[in-house]
Parts: sequence; C-alpha cells; structure tokens
Amino acid sequence: MNPIHAHRDQISPDGLIACPTCDALHKEASVPVGMSAKCVRCGHVLLRPRKSAMTQILMLAATAFILMCAGIFFPFLELQAGGRITRSSVFDAVLAFSDGYMMPIAFLLGALIIVVPLVRFVALMYVFAPMSLGHHPAKFAPGAFRLAERLSPWSMAEIFIVGVGVALIKVTGLATVLIGPAFWAFCGLVVVTVLKDTFMCKLTVWKTLENRRPS
Amino acid sequence: MENAGKPTPVLTARAAGLVGCSRCGRVHEQGVASCARCGSTLQSRDTLALQKVWAWWLAGLIAYIPANIYPMLRMIQFGRPHESSIMGGVIDLAQHGDLWVAFVVFFASIIIPIGKFVAIAYLAWSVKKGVQTRDIGRLHMYEVVEFIGRWSMIDVFVVAILTALLQMDFIVTVSPGIAAFSFTVSVVCTMISAQSFDPRTIWDAHERDA
Repeated sequence: MNPIHAHRDQISPDGLIACPTCDALHKEASVPVGMSAKCVRCGHVLLRPRKSAMTQILMLAATAFILMCAGIFFPFLELQAGGRITRSSVFDAVLAFSDGYMMPIAFLLGALIIVVPLVRFVALMYVFAPMSLGHHPAKFAPGAFRLAERLSPWSMAEIFIVGVGVALIKVTGLATVLIGPAFWAFCGLVVVTVLKDTFMCKLTVWKTLENRRPS
Repeated sequence: MENAGKPTPVLTARAAGLVGCSRCGRVHEQGVASCARCGSTLQSRDTLALQKVWAWWLAGLIAYIPANIYPMLRMIQFGRPHESSIMGGVIDLAQHGDLWVAFVVFFASIIIPIGKFVAIAYLAWSVKKGVQTRDIGRLHMYEVVEFIGRWSMIDVFVVAILTALLQMDFIVTVSPGIAAFSFTVSVVCTMISAQSFDPRTIWDAHERDA
C-alpha cells in the first residue's frame, strides 16, 4: 500500500483508500493472501485478506448462533445448599433487575447479553451466506453488515462469562456450585467470537460487497 | 516506520479535496452525501463530535458519583442485612483471600472508569487545543479507551448473576442496589462518549504541525 505524498493536483477518488482512523490517502494495491496492509501514518490495518474467509466467517457465525441459543435456554450455574438446588439460566440473570425502577436495566442487560449478539450473528449469516457460495450479495447486505459493525461494541457475551467467573468465586463459600451446560456454551461462544473477529477484514468485505453487487 | 520522530507529509483525503468514508475507506468527491460502497453518511470531519463527547462524558461522570456512594448489592445473610458498595465488594473479596479476583473487579470497576474519564477528557482537550505530540500515543490511547470501556460492565453482570442465584429460599439473599443502576448508566454514557469521538481529528493536530 503506497501513500500519496503532498502535491496539490486534482486527484481522482478512484483507486484510492482513505484510512478510516486517520484519513491518510493510499493507492489501492492488491494485497497477497496472508499478508496485511497497514496505514503508513497510524498503523491501522487496512487490508488483511485471507483464503476462503467468507466461508469461515459464515461457519463461525452459524456456530456462534447455535451456541448462543444453547446458552440462553440451558442453566449456566446450579447451587446446592441444605438439600436445595437452584438453577439459573441467562434469562434469570437478566430478570434480576426486573423490580421497580431497575426495569430499564433489565431491558438493557437483555439487549447486551442476548438480543444484540443474536442480531449480529443473524446479520452476518445473511451477509455471508450468499457471498460464500459465490452469489451476488443479498438485497440488504450492506445495511445488514453496517448494522453488525455498529452493534459490535454492544455485544457483551464474553464480558458476561467473565462476570459468571467472578460470581462463581463469590458464592463458593456459601454453597456447592455446579457449572451447567450453558456455561460451556458461552465459553465456546467467546472463542468463536474471537476467531471470527480475526478472520474478518472489514475493508475487504466492503470491497467484495461492492464488486459483486448485481448491476 | 523508521522516521517515527517526525510526522511524514502524508496527504489526507481532506487536504486533497476529497472525503473518505470512515467505515469502509472508499474515497469520494466532496459534496457526496452518502458512501457508494457501504451507504454510511459521509462527513470529512464530524464538527459536532467534541460537543457530543463532552455531553456524554459529563452525563457519565454525574452518574458515576452515586455509583460509588450507594450500595451495589444488598445481601441478607442469616437475617442480617449487609450492603456493599463497589469498593466494599473489592475489599470483601480481598479479605476472602481471592486477591486475583479482587484485582479483576477493582480493575474493571474502578481503574477502567476513572482512567476512561481522564483519557477522554485529555483527548478531547488536546484535540481542541491542537496540542502537538510527536508520537502516536494519543491514537493508541483512543483505541485502548474504545476497546476496554465495555469491560466495566463486569460488576453489573456479577450483581445480576448473584441475584439470580441467591434467591429467597436460601440462607443468603441478594438484591441489586441503586448503585448498580447508576453504574450501568455511567458505563453506557462513557461508551457513547468514546464512540462519538472522531479519531481523524487527532491527526489533524499533526497536520498543522507538519
């Protein structure tokens, strides 16, 4: 990726990339698979193409979706004390704030832990399923991918699992704690999410979406 | 880059009379309303960014004060009520001997929020004043703030999980305190504040320098 150095001719916007974080202009060049192109000014990774990245992202998004569904409905922790057992699912954790003035927080937690991750996975599958099969992108693919990107800081499943870990240590003195299947589903989800984010090169995805657009 | 000590004279989209998309990097002529590739609204620089940053920052700071004063969770053990604030929870954990966990909670709910308030304020102030730094420290600072801010939610999640687990029929009952509410509000406000920041303005100070 070559920078354009300061000269004030009229420059045509075609074949250029502006770094999204610092606005530096670069001439677009094809980057070999496995290599990455960084912004000369701020070091932001511009392009990092990978082999069959589309299929990998599709598979990982589908896996994450299934794990998420399992994680929601199975109990994630079981407490045993004095012959009594309580099971808690993710829903119970969300509903912990459902009393009185705490109600808005319950909605927010439900969004952060359940709704936002699910919406993201569905949006990613919608974008990548036709593309990985070599078809044209689906009709609303740009909008769906934009939504997925916008939601990414608000998808907090991996933070939730760390919270479960801390809570686990807080209650071990009080009762016997058993780890439920949903806990492992969420752990798997964290790994899959990390893999998905490393495979995904946003600028490449956007370029592919544009190039394969049906005319 | 070998000449990291000196800003390289790199042409920006704005200096070339063009507009770069901050989402997908596509370059457009000036005056184009939305990106032809990804459909985002095009703006060479977000001129209102600093106002939004400061507004959300202040809202977050106001909410952060009650979050530290009031109890985060209310615990009833053998009929005796016990309330603990954020710092109280950390001390409880440390006294239990779980120093490592105490450190994680301390880091997530005290160090990160305070560090974030300071970092966002410094970034916004230095961009406004056009403070010239010779390194890319500020950009890294911005990236760290944006990445790490969400992790403050740990404490709220812990309260939610404890409340769900320890219900009425147990020897210990836990319910969330009012600080859980204000802490959540504070985290959300500071996240929006950090997202409102236009990182390209950090580099404009460099441009003036060059």
